[in-house]
Amino acid sequence: MKLKLASAALGALVAASPALADLVFPDLSYRTGAYAAGGIPFSDGYQDYFALVNERDGGIGGVKAKVMECETGYNTEKGVECYEATKGEGALIYQPLSTGITYQLIPKVSADQIPLHTMGYGRTSAANGKVFEWVFNYPANYWDAASVAIKYLLDENGGDLSGKTITLLYHNSAYGKEPIRTLEELSKKHGYTLNTIPVDHPGQEQKSQWLQIRRERPDYVIMWGWGVMNQVAIQEAANIRFPMENFIGNWWAGAEHDVTPAGAAADGYKSLNMNRIADYPVFADIKTHVHDKGLAAGDGSNVGKVLYTRGMYAAMLAVEAAKTAQEIHGTPDITAAMMRDGMEALVMDAAKMEALGAPGIGPEFGVSCTDHGGSGMGIVQQWNASEGKWVALTDYIMPDDAIIAPLVEEDSMAYASENNLSLRCE
Amino acid sequence: MFYREAGDFKTSYSEDSQTFPIRFDRYRYYAVLVVAFAVIPFVVDDYWANAILVPFLIYSIAAIGLNILTGYCGQVSLGTGGFMAVGAYACYKLMTAFPDVSIVLHVIAAGFITAGVGVLFGLPSLRIKGFYLAVATLAAQFFLVWLFNKVPWFYNYSASGQISAPERTVLGIAVTGPETTAWAKYLICLLFVVVLAWAARNLTRGTIGRSWMAIRDMDIAAEIIGVNPLKAKLTAFAVSSFYIGIAGALFFAVYLGAVEVGEAFGIQKSFLILFMVIIGGLGSIFGSFAGAAFLVLLPVLLKNVLVGGMGWPTDLAAHIELMIVGALIIVFLIAEPHGLAQLWRIGKEKLRLWPFPH
Repeated sequence: MKLKLASAALGALVAASPALADLVFPDLSYRTGAYAAGGIPFSDGYQDYFALVNERDGGIGGVKAKVMECETGYNTEKGVECYEATKGEGALIYQPLSTGITYQLIPKVSADQIPLHTMGYGRTSAANGKVFEWVFNYPANYWDAASVAIKYLLDENGGDLSGKTITLLYHNSAYGKEPIRTLEELSKKHGYTLNTIPVDHPGQEQKSQWLQIRRERPDYVIMWGWGVMNQVAIQEAANIRFPMENFIGNWWAGAEHDVTPAGAAADGYKSLNMNRIADYPVFADIKTHVHDKGLAAGDGSNVGKVLYTRGMYAAMLAVEAAKTAQEIHGTPDITAAMMRDGMEALVMDAAKMEALGAPGIGPEFGVSCTDHGGSGMGIVQQWNASEGKWVALTDYIMPDDAIIAPLVEEDSMAYASENNLSLRCE
Repeated sequence: MFYREAGDFKTSYSEDSQTFPIRFDRYRYYAVLVVAFAVIPFVVDDYWANAILVPFLIYSIAAIGLNILTGYCGQVSLGTGGFMAVGAYACYKLMTAFPDVSIVLHVIAAGFITAGVGVLFGLPSLRIKGFYLAVATLAAQFFLVWLFNKVPWFYNYSASGQISAPERTVLGIAVTGPETTAWAKYLICLLFVVVLAWAARNLTRGTIGRSWMAIRDMDIAAEIIGVNPLKAKLTAFAVSSFYIGIAGALFFAVYLGAVEVGEAFGIQKSFLILFMVIIGGLGSIFGSFAGAAFLVLLPVLLKNVLVGGMGWPTDLAAHIELMIVGALIIVFLIAEPHGLAQLWRIGKEKLRLWPFPH
C-alpha cells in the first residue's frame, strides 16, 4: 500500500515537473535543523536572484529559469534523495551548501555529467580542473581562507608570527578538518604554534573547548564553524573575556545571526568574507521585481544580509555561466554539459559586476580548463555591535599560492590515481 | 475468503514447524521473493533504488540485528550507530588494503569484525541490566565515533576525515562507486537481506534463539533451568553486531559511497534503528522490516506528497513531516504497544476467520 501511495506521489511529482524548455536549477537548501540559520538566507538569496532574472529579463537568454527546492536538513542521506529526485529533471548545476553532501556528490555528478559548484566550501582540491572535470569551487576555497587569515595576522604583526600561538576551533567534520593541513604547512613557514580543538555536531556544547582556550591563552583563535556552533562559540568567547579582535571566523562563521545573540559582547569579532556586503543596486531590483510582486523566497526579511548576498552571488555566477554557455553553443536551451563549458569559460570582471548591479561584490577572476578555483581572494570584516553592521577592514587579500598550489596538486593527484582518472587539458 | 485453509493438512513434524505453516502465507512469501528478484531489478530506476529501496533494505538488516539483541535477548542497546560505524570503517580498510578480494567477502568480514567489537562491549551485560546496560552501550556509541574521528589510520590519513568507497565489482558488475547501476545496487543489498533474514528467522526458532528468549523473559529462571547466561548474552551480542556491521558496511559502500562518522553514524542513527525495532515489533523478523519501511518510506512519501504533490514550501513540509511521523508513532504505540508486527498478527487472525467469525 505504501509503495502504491509512494508511486502515486512520485507520479504526481513527475507530472508537476516543468516543461523541458525551462533551465532547471535545483536548490538543495536547508531551512530546518541546526544549520538552518545559515541555510535560510543563502537559499533566499539564491532563489530571489533567479526570480529576478525571470521577472526583469524574461529569463536567461529568453528561457525561464526554474528553481527546484529540496530540503536536505544538512543531512547526506536526504541530500542523496534530493539529488536523485532532481537530476532527472534536466538539472544544470548543483550547489548543495554542504561539504558532506559535496563529497557524496563529486563521484555521482562525474558519472551523471552534471556540474557541481561549491563556492567557498566542498573539496578544496577540486580547484584542479585537470582532475575534476565536473566540479568547480571558484571564487575561493578553504585553503585560500586559511591562508588569507594567516596573511591578515602577519600584517597585524608586522610580518612576523614566530612565537605566537594560534588555536583552530573547528566543526568536527570534513568541513572543519579541511584547513588543518594548510595551517600546519603555514605554521612551518611562519613559525607559529598551531593547536586544534574539535567541536562535535551540532556544537551547542563548547564549555570544555573554551575552558581549554582559557587555560592555554592562545594569541589568536581561528574558527571553522557553521550553524548553531558559531553563536555558541562567540558567546563562550565573550564569557571567558577572550579579546574579540583576536578571534577570527572563516566566511561561514561571519553572518549577522552568528554575532547578534551575544549582543554587545560580540563587538570586534572578525571574520573572513569572499564577497563584499554593500547596498547594491541589484537589491532595489529584487525589491521591485520580486518582493513587491509577492514572489520572495522565504519571508523576505533577509535581503542584504551576509549570507543572502552570498546566495545571490552564487546564483549570479550560475546565471553568468549559463549565459556564457548559451554564447558558446549558440542555443538558449543549454544542457548540463554545455553549462559545464560555460562555467569553464566564465570571466567575472569589474565591468560585468557593475552591469549586474553589484559592483565589487566579488573579486575579479576567470575560470579555465586547468583552474576551477578562481583567485581565492578574501577580505577581513569586523562586527560593529552598536551599529549592527559588518565593516570591511581590508581589501581583497591574495592567498599564499606557494603553499596552497602544491597541496592542491598533491591531493587532487591522489584522487586521480585512486579513481584511475586521466588528466585533462593537455 | 483470503485464507482458504481447508485441506491444508500437516502430516509430519517438520511440516508443522515450518516458518510459514499456512499454505497461503507460504505462497505469498514466494511471490514476494519472485517480485523482489525477478521484477523489481528490471523496472527500478536511480531514484527508487537510491532513495527508497536500498536504504529500506539496509535499515532492515540493521533492525533485524538490533531486534536479535533487544527484541529476542532483552538487552537494550543504544550503540547501534557506533557498531554500524565499525562495519563501515572495517569494510573501508579492507577494501583499500585488499583491492583484489571480492567486496562480498569484505562486507562479511566487516560483519565479523563488528561481531568481535560487539562481544567486547557486550561483556558488561553480564553484570548490568536494563537502563544501566543502555548507558554502557551509549558509551560504546560515543567512544566508537570519537575513535574513528581521532585516529587518522581509520580513514587512511585523508585530509577531510571522509572515507569514500572505490569501485568494486561482483562478477564484473560494479556494485560500489559512482558507476553502479540501480539494479546492481538493489540486488546486492537484496541478496544480503534475504540470506540474513532467513538465517535470523531460523536462528531465533532454534536452540540458540530459545535460550535468548529465556534470558529475556527471566534471566534467573533461565539460569536455573540450565541456560548459560554468558553464552546466551554474548552470542546475542555477537550475532546482533554481525548484522549491524554488515548493515554499516553496505550503508557506506553501496548506499552512500562516502561518509563521515559523526554525521552518518551518530547517536541519532542508534535512536532511529531502536525506533524501527520498537515500532515494528520487538522479537519479530517481520516487525524489523515493517519498522524499517515505516521510518524510511513514510518521510519520503510525505515529502513527495506535500512538496511534489501539493506544492508546499519545503521547510513547512519538513516540519509537518516530523510532526506527522511523531504523531503516527504515538498513535501506533497507544493502539498497539507491541508494534506493527502485532497489528499484523491480529489482522491475520481476523482474516483467517473472515467472513465467519465465531
